[in-house]
Amino acid sequence: MAEYKYTPADFKSDQIVKWCPGCGDHAILNAVQRAMPEVADALDIPHNKFTFVSGIGCSSRFIYYMKTFGFHTIHGRAAAIATGIKVANPDLSVWVCTGDGDSLAIGGNHFIHAIRRNIDLNMILFNNEIYGLTKGQYSPTTKLGKITKTSPAGTVEKPFNPGELVIGAKGTFFARTIDAEVMLTKDCLVAAAKHKGMAVVEALVNCVIFNDKTHAAFAGDKATRTKNTITLRHGEKMLFGEGNAKGLVLENMQLKAVTVGEDGYTIDDILTHDAHCVDTTLHSMLAAMKHPDLPVAIGVIRDVKDEQVYDVKVAEQVEQLKASAKLHSVDDLLNSGETWMIE
Amino acid sequence: MENFNAKEVKDVVIRFSGDSGDGMQLTGTLFSNTSALIGNGISTFPDYPAEIRAPQGTVAGVSGFQVHIGSGNVTNPGDYCDALIAMNPAALKANRKWLKPDATVIIDGDTLTEDNVKKAGFETLDPIAELGLEGYNVVIPDITTMTKAALADMGLDNKTVVKCKNMFALGICFYIFNQSEDYAKRYIDSKFAKKNPAVAEANKLAIDAGYNYAANTHQFANTYKVAAAPLQKGKYRSINGNVATAWGFIAAAEKAGLPLFCGSYPITPATVILEELAKHKELGVKTVQAEDEIAGICTSIGAAFAGNFAVTTTSGPGLSLKSEALGLAVMAELPLVVVDVQRGGPSTGLPTKTEQSDLMQALYGRNGECPVVVIAASSPSDCFHYAYMASKIAMEHMTPVVLLTDGFIANGSEPWRIPTMADYPSICPPIVEEAPAEGEFMPYARGENLARGWAFPGKEGLEHRIGGLEKDHIKGSISYDPANHQEMTKTRAAKVAKVVEVIPDLEVMGAADADVLVVGWGGTKGHLQSAVSDMQAEGKSIAHLHLNYLNPLPHNTEDMLKGHKRIVICELNEGQLASYLRQNFQDIRFEQYNKVEGQPFTVVELKEKFNSLL
Repeated sequence: MAEYKYTPADFKSDQIVKWCPGCGDHAILNAVQRAMPEVADALDIPHNKFTFVSGIGCSSRFIYYMKTFGFHTIHGRAAAIATGIKVANPDLSVWVCTGDGDSLAIGGNHFIHAIRRNIDLNMILFNNEIYGLTKGQYSPTTKLGKITKTSPAGTVEKPFNPGELVIGAKGTFFARTIDAEVMLTKDCLVAAAKHKGMAVVEALVNCVIFNDKTHAAFAGDKATRTKNTITLRHGEKMLFGEGNAKGLVLENMQLKAVTVGEDGYTIDDILTHDAHCVDTTLHSMLAAMKHPDLPVAIGVIRDVKDEQVYDVKVAEQVEQLKASAKLHSVDDLLNSGETWMIE
Repeated sequence: MENFNAKEVKDVVIRFSGDSGDGMQLTGTLFSNTSALIGNGISTFPDYPAEIRAPQGTVAGVSGFQVHIGSGNVTNPGDYCDALIAMNPAALKANRKWLKPDATVIIDGDTLTEDNVKKAGFETLDPIAELGLEGYNVVIPDITTMTKAALADMGLDNKTVVKCKNMFALGICFYIFNQSEDYAKRYIDSKFAKKNPAVAEANKLAIDAGYNYAANTHQFANTYKVAAAPLQKGKYRSINGNVATAWGFIAAAEKAGLPLFCGSYPITPATVILEELAKHKELGVKTVQAEDEIAGICTSIGAAFAGNFAVTTTSGPGLSLKSEALGLAVMAELPLVVVDVQRGGPSTGLPTKTEQSDLMQALYGRNGECPVVVIAASSPSDCFHYAYMASKIAMEHMTPVVLLTDGFIANGSEPWRIPTMADYPSICPPIVEEAPAEGEFMPYARGENLARGWAFPGKEGLEHRIGGLEKDHIKGSISYDPANHQEMTKTRAAKVAKVVEVIPDLEVMGAADADVLVVGWGGTKGHLQSAVSDMQAEGKSIAHLHLNYLNPLPHNTEDMLKGHKRIVICELNEGQLASYLRQNFQDIRFEQYNKVEGQPFTVVELKEKFNSLL
């Protein structure tokens, strides 16, 4: 533990925040600025090592509001650019800010490959299920049938669930949070930072202008969230609802919400969350839970240790090969192999 | 074994040709390296299909490797060949057009079966007559049979034995052209002796068998000897353009004292650069084989932001995919070299064939007012020099540079006098070492050459944000101010224009007032030079001007273009440099000579054209 004693103000830039009033992104910015001092101390990362990278979209303006190194790049490519930054300098704490359109549509390829490589990036995926900055077109996470400017008769394509995508690609870390849950968001971000490897934190954010209340059915007010979401914590029983009266059980290879003490279910029947389990089956099922059938899972769903971290391995190979090298300079290289003299 | 009846010649051109799986590229390479080792000038040209193993025995599947050996400087791989080694009838058919009138033609007699002849698309069963080869010195040794006989006692399976027939053919060539077998044998040992000593032995035996066959038969009326070349004294190696490009980047990174980063996606004919860089992690090179072309350039842009010297490598279609990101590098003013090894286009085009048709794409293929430095290499070995200079300019001027090479120089090889890194100029990027004593760091404040400071993430007090939105001209924060956008647009252009101060003036080869000025750029240099110097030797009033720096153009470009009766711009495209020069020099009249056949110019056709202008 280092003691930098940073405060959220140390991470606030002088730029005026230009998101719409009521936009969920404000709450995420708030949580990030609260998380950074904690991350700095926990991982001994000084202020100058934080680097934020974003693509294009409302959420990608994020980097201008952080008083850190920042790179606002082009649509969909933040994960690729962040990959280059991390490989170039693995000492940096690299954060990717991206949206559902940016990372799952135009940037889908970079998204899955960053996960596959398990590069040590922290990604905050702002999911408002709409294209906001282009003023209201449907995105890859928009609910089926939703009427938007480009789907006046309703969409006819099924959405992605980002969590299923991350876990399906054998991602080593996935967490989900809700804009209003600032402290949970902060905790997820700190956990993401501590995770060595690619960490994706999906933030369900509300777009007040183009997709208001898209998450409201389960994420609306505090009471709704208590009733319709479950906050997963490693090593703890999967309980939710008023007074933690309900819980999750696994029956016939399916998750089921039950009331403890009813229908013969006791606390012993309730699943205990193991975020560190390598097998993806249950994590995938938890990430896939949908309202109203099941509570929506929030918190750290998956946090698996994996030695195969891309930027670490790249650096290791370079160091190993340097140590055993026959060539030490470009002059050595130029003179290597078959050469001949002309006198 | 010395062949005393050899005829001394100034140069010879040999073409090895067979099925894609016949090992013709290796055979040709071993032959050309052998020649290089004895001090000949060489230039090689691999000519192969895009398919890895196209249908056997068809013309589409023919893979060729041409090598030009000479006394003295050999500037191109030769148009037409003195000897053709054809491993099957299809190879004979595909290469008939490249024979000199008195050429020696060697074809494996075992392959002249009805089936093979038909597969090669002959109408009769007599390919020699059908191709009108009666007047040529055609030799039809049963190469497969003789190889089998020579290796009969080795106890190897038939497939392995038959694979050695290219070495038998190589042995024949060593005899005809009075070359030693030593280098090829050493090479075989180094490649196979440990893994598979029997295979190594078989290949070496096949070389001997071919050599002895050629020495004992009386069918080879002429044997040749090319005297060692009076090249400049020094230590030499053979190098191809792609490897030279890779090494140029490694050299620049070493000189700048920064790690080299290459994000790239495999694409013909550029892939070898990535492969070569991946081999040299011991020199601090980091390579990322990205998920696509866009990620190739984007990882490199990220690495450049983070303080590595970053490059990305591609060919035409890949450059198209990289254009948006290249615009970001222009806006963010980060150093980056993008290599485009040009191939036949548009679209997938002719992946393994050469062309110069990406000049306009390199100069203009982006949205917005988006200038980049454009440089072209012009020979396999000078790819090293231009890769180095592209890197130096990118880093010192904080700008993306597009380096154009092409399939011809990328795959071609030539002897290269090994340079010493101490002789190369220093590379001093404007790295910001520490935070200003007072006030905030201003990321878009500029130095004399208009380059902004390069402040790596991780350095205390230099926290700043950059991106693709227009920047305030000093602070770098987002600015929609009309006057600022105008100023930034002009500044980005002026920064690239200022590179003219560090690039060399053009030199014309020939008289400044020659009647005809031949203008070329990039990989056509060797052929243009050959044609022009031949004609100068004949007393013709002709000169050659060759461009390597395309944007900005050298200071004296206009002066060099003036004073001639006619100017002809020769390009392997439909006139892209011509359009560019017309736009830049509107008072000068340019004529064009263009070709897009996927092949280099031939010296013969160039001379014919130039003679018609005189």
